Amino acid sequence: MHNFAYHAPASLDAALKLIGEKEDGKIIAGGMTLLPTLKQRLAAPSDLIDLAGLPDLRGVKKEGGHIVIGAMTTHYEVATSDVVKAAIPALAHLASIIGDPAVRHRGTIGGSLANSDPAADYPGAAMGLNATIVTNKRAIAAEDYFLGLFETALERDEIIVSVRFPIPEKAAYQKFRHPASGYAVAGVMVSKTGAQVRVGVTGAGPNAFRARDFEAALEKSFTAEAIKDVKMSPDSLLSDIHCSAEYRAHLVGVLARRAVAQA
Amino acid sequence: MKSKVTLTVNGKERSAEVEPRTLLAELLRDHLGLTGTHVGCDTTQCGCCVVHVDGKAVKSCTMLAVQAAGKQVTTIEGLAKPDGTLHPMQEAFREHHGLQCGFCTPGMVMMAVDIARRRPGADEKTVREELEGNLCRCTGYQGIVEAILSVVNPGAVKDHHHA
Amino acid sequence: MGQFGIGQPLRRLEDPRLLVGGGRYADDARIEGQFWGVFLRSPHAHADILAMDLAAARAAPGVKAIFTAADLDAAGMPDMACEVELKSLAGEAMARPQRPILARGKTRFVGECVALVVADTQAHARDAAELIAVDYAPRPAVAGAQAALRPDAPRVWDELTSNLPVHWENGPVGPVDAAMAGAAHRVRLRIVNDRLVPAPMEPKGALAAWDKAASKLTLWAPTQGGRRIQATIAKRFLGLEQEQVRVISQDVGGGFGMRGQTYPEYVALGFAARALDGAVKWRADRTETFVSDYHGRDQVNEAEMGLDAQGRIVALKIHTVLNLGAYMAENGPRLPMEGGGRIIPCCYHAPHFYFSVKPVFTNTVSTDTYRGAGRPEANFLMERLMDKAAAACGLPRDEIRRRNFIAQFPYKTPLGYSIDSGDFAAGLDQALRMADWAQFETRRAEAKRRGKLRGIGVAAFIEAAGGRAPVEDMRLQAAPDGSVTIFSGSHSHGQGHATVFAQLAHEFLGVAPERVTLVQGDTDVTPKGSIGTFGSRSSMMGGGGLKAAAEKIVAKGKRIAAALMQSEAEQVSFAQGVFRAGASEVSFAAVAAAAHDPAKLPEGMAPGLDESHLFQREAENFPNGCHVCEVEIDPETGTTEILRYVAVDDCGIVLNPLIVHGQVHGGVAQGVGQATIEKVVYDEEAQLVSASFMDYGMPRASGVPYIEAGFNAVPCKTNPLGVKGAGEAGACGAPPAYVGAVADALRDFGADHIDMPLTPEKVWRAIHGKG
Repeated sequence: MHNFAYHAPASLDAALKLIGEKEDGKIIAGGMTLLPTLKQRLAAPSDLIDLAGLPDLRGVKKEGGHIVIGAMTTHYEVATSDVVKAAIPALAHLASIIGDPAVRHRGTIGGSLANSDPAADYPGAAMGLNATIVTNKRAIAAEDYFLGLFETALERDEIIVSVRFPIPEKAAYQKFRHPASGYAVAGVMVSKTGAQVRVGVTGAGPNAFRARDFEAALEKSFTAEAIKDVKMSPDSLLSDIHCSAEYRAHLVGVLARRAVAQA
Repeated sequence: MKSKVTLTVNGKERSAEVEPRTLLAELLRDHLGLTGTHVGCDTTQCGCCVVHVDGKAVKSCTMLAVQAAGKQVTTIEGLAKPDGTLHPMQEAFREHHGLQCGFCTPGMVMMAVDIARRRPGADEKTVREELEGNLCRCTGYQGIVEAILSVVNPGAVKDHHHA
Repeated sequence: MGQFGIGQPLRRLEDPRLLVGGGRYADDARIEGQFWGVFLRSPHAHADILAMDLAAARAAPGVKAIFTAADLDAAGMPDMACEVELKSLAGEAMARPQRPILARGKTRFVGECVALVVADTQAHARDAAELIAVDYAPRPAVAGAQAALRPDAPRVWDELTSNLPVHWENGPVGPVDAAMAGAAHRVRLRIVNDRLVPAPMEPKGALAAWDKAASKLTLWAPTQGGRRIQATIAKRFLGLEQEQVRVISQDVGGGFGMRGQTYPEYVALGFAARALDGAVKWRADRTETFVSDYHGRDQVNEAEMGLDAQGRIVALKIHTVLNLGAYMAENGPRLPMEGGGRIIPCCYHAPHFYFSVKPVFTNTVSTDTYRGAGRPEANFLMERLMDKAAAACGLPRDEIRRRNFIAQFPYKTPLGYSIDSGDFAAGLDQALRMADWAQFETRRAEAKRRGKLRGIGVAAFIEAAGGRAPVEDMRLQAAPDGSVTIFSGSHSHGQGHATVFAQLAHEFLGVAPERVTLVQGDTDVTPKGSIGTFGSRSSMMGGGGLKAAAEKIVAKGKRIAAALMQSEAEQVSFAQGVFRAGASEVSFAAVAAAAHDPAKLPEGMAPGLDESHLFQREAENFPNGCHVCEVEIDPETGTTEILRYVAVDDCGIVLNPLIVHGQVHGGVAQGVGQATIEKVVYDEEAQLVSASFMDYGMPRASGVPYIEAGFNAVPCKTNPLGVKGAGEAGACGAPPAYVGAVADALRDFGADHIDMPLTPEKVWRAIHGKG
């Protein structure tokens, strides 16, 4: 690791001030991706600004028809939250299968979304549950948020404060684990609210996306049968030493059907 | 660039002068001489470095030492009773041959204790899933899984080969 | 004997220490004032080094020194040599180019050591290493062995005319071809046995400390014994007497065959420590361990088997291409012949046998011994052939094996090794019974109704254990209180020597196991004739030495006891820790105490009860077994689940079933890992793509089955304990059992073989005809 200065601000304002002042400051939330990246010397920020000391960014609450999760809430806290389990059990389930138990004790929803790893689970949830990412400046709809590989709509002086999930009628998440890393080779979150269906896909492409062909078919009939002939194109999907784009495209279809059946 | 970090390790207050980039695992091993915590990879995959921070299992290779300031840390050295009596999970690992070379063992035992806290009554499948973040290259996991089951769900223990 | 002796599942004596964080691994060693070393490694698979600018690095904070090949050359340091001698049929000797400790003018694989930076802290050394400006002129590189054999392939060694240092054959192919031509059935198979990383959980690391006053180097490193490394570093590289180097490996976090070698990093660290008159510590991270430890496997096998109308083998031809890597490791080129060749054609009699091996240089990490070292490859090939032959001959898979099993012992193999004992048919029967093979079709049908594909595989295999160095030295020392210390060069890096040797001491001397202490992993105190632990040798070699040393102790003890009991040594018996003569008896502890009291000793007897024995083996032993694996496949995704795994092993006399089962479990996990997810991947530029646990699939608890293990013990006839090795069985049995099960599940889809690892995508492609 290259060296850096470490800051543990006690308020969001103090954190934003530091981000504004430091030449190449970087926010650290749970650090589950950032620290391995730093250890491999793939990044060399001048300053790390730790949000762990900001209690306002932590916790789960129900606000009307929404679940609001603080950005610094850990995967473990989401997975075991009675509020989440009652309102959106698919989201609690998703959080319960991120990484491993130790990672879930440190990793946060805000960190996962800010990082936008193509194989992370939460981006799929944000897309598939029609979430809103709330920052210190604005509220960003999930579909406007993910721009590319590790690329989001977040500006440099913008910090995720919370994530708002509308409570769906039904939802389910299906994941196919990467054989080595355990990340999602493909993950599909399906939700239904009234006539509207969302199918969020993670792992398969450079960033999380909506599978609109699947959504259209499911809005006509919310059954696995309805999408059995809908094909995902492998053209824009990822290919690596473990899984080809063609296989990922196939998996998205299988996982979508299974999620619908499970929801 | 160094700063003083004070934390509680195995019930005792400890301090060290560390750089911001110093990892909790390095603080424990290199500064405090607690070499029971091992480091087996650089990508938060292997779990050899698992310790408890404020009662929860974390990978000490993926936490900065400065982030542990003021926290309660328990390492493998702090698990047995002061008189040397092994923790029941340590005993279970011995009874069920849950270790061979011993390198993954400290992290494995610390994770096992965490699993027992969170998942009492877990079945074999659950225990195996809960070990997702801990690699062992020697045992094939069988002795480890049996050891954990013997604590959380004794009826699920299968090993019938050796009385 | 009794509760703790041979055959008892004694819980491990080393565990209480390891369970409380009391292990002492290489990285736990530190010396006040030590420096830190960091190796600058080549980012290129193949490149000329035109220039190296060290100025900025030398001026960086904390830097003490930087060493390159020029420094080693100036000191007259030789290169690393491979001692293996092979000849072609025409008598041409294998070319054996040597490996420089630090790259000299050229790098030949990604990760090759280019410079050693020494600084006050590891962070400073890392920072400085980044400041070294190396002017590389990249060359074309080649990673695959078959690609490297093409005439236009980039040449790894300018000094050679090709990448093939020798073409070895066991004999002329003509007679085998003639027999093959007359066969009623012929089956062919091409198998890629992929490259693996051994990946013990302890990353590589070392601490080298020079003591100027004593003119002695101490090296803490994770080894499998240290004696050979001591000799090589002292004599070959540092120009010292062997005793002037001390190698310490108290606890080692796994070995699996690749921690026995003298690695260039150790030599460079030793050189640096002496040059700086201090201590230099090195701690590799996992990615560095991926390129610093030797790799395993990486063979392509093309084979043809001919059978008669009854399904009996009449001829067998095997062509093996072995990827050596850029440099010939200590054992590298011999693995197919001496590793696999010792047992090939495995459990079966093949009257005509042709074996061709081409070891090939490529721009990759060297390959060397990894759990089984050639035997898993040989068994995998034979078992895949037998499955294919069963189909060709219209015989059940178990029946074709029964018809071809070697059943007369001793049996001389085609390459001249003698198998003393075994009962392969009994092992097969036992495994099939435990796995309920007979009722499998019912289970297959039930799975089919659920839309799942179920398959079952069977694999018989044979191993060879205790090979190479034919001696091992053991020393037993009884203290005046009757406790016993074992000084062993045979070395545990997980196998539980402290427990098993204590059981043997209890068996032969009657001393309680907890009063036995094992001293290992320190060349200053372990016996001089010791070698270490590799190739599943310790039960036979260490155990044999221990038994003989214990007999010497008992013999001397009888003379002392006779003096104590006023009897004659010939009248004294010894059993269960008690010497008896007539109605008198005296305990082992009392004799041990007397042994240290000159007043109580017979005239002229030297005090002490301290005996050594240099055990010389009569022959290797041949562990064997039969594993059955049952799988179920989700045809939609290709995901394969192991539902049942049965392992029946003949490890001869079982010294401790708990420990032997542990060896089987671990070996099966590694075999399942190879079969399901493990694979080293190099890209077209010979860059190592799978250099972390994010990309290299390590078996996890959820991917390894519960293993039902049984014994089919046939005592070995050629060693005093009747033991056979246990360490490598699982790695031999699991790959063919698993792949056979998947192939069986896919029998309706025309996929009779899929190369490992059988990832879900590969299985899915096989099911859906997507090649």
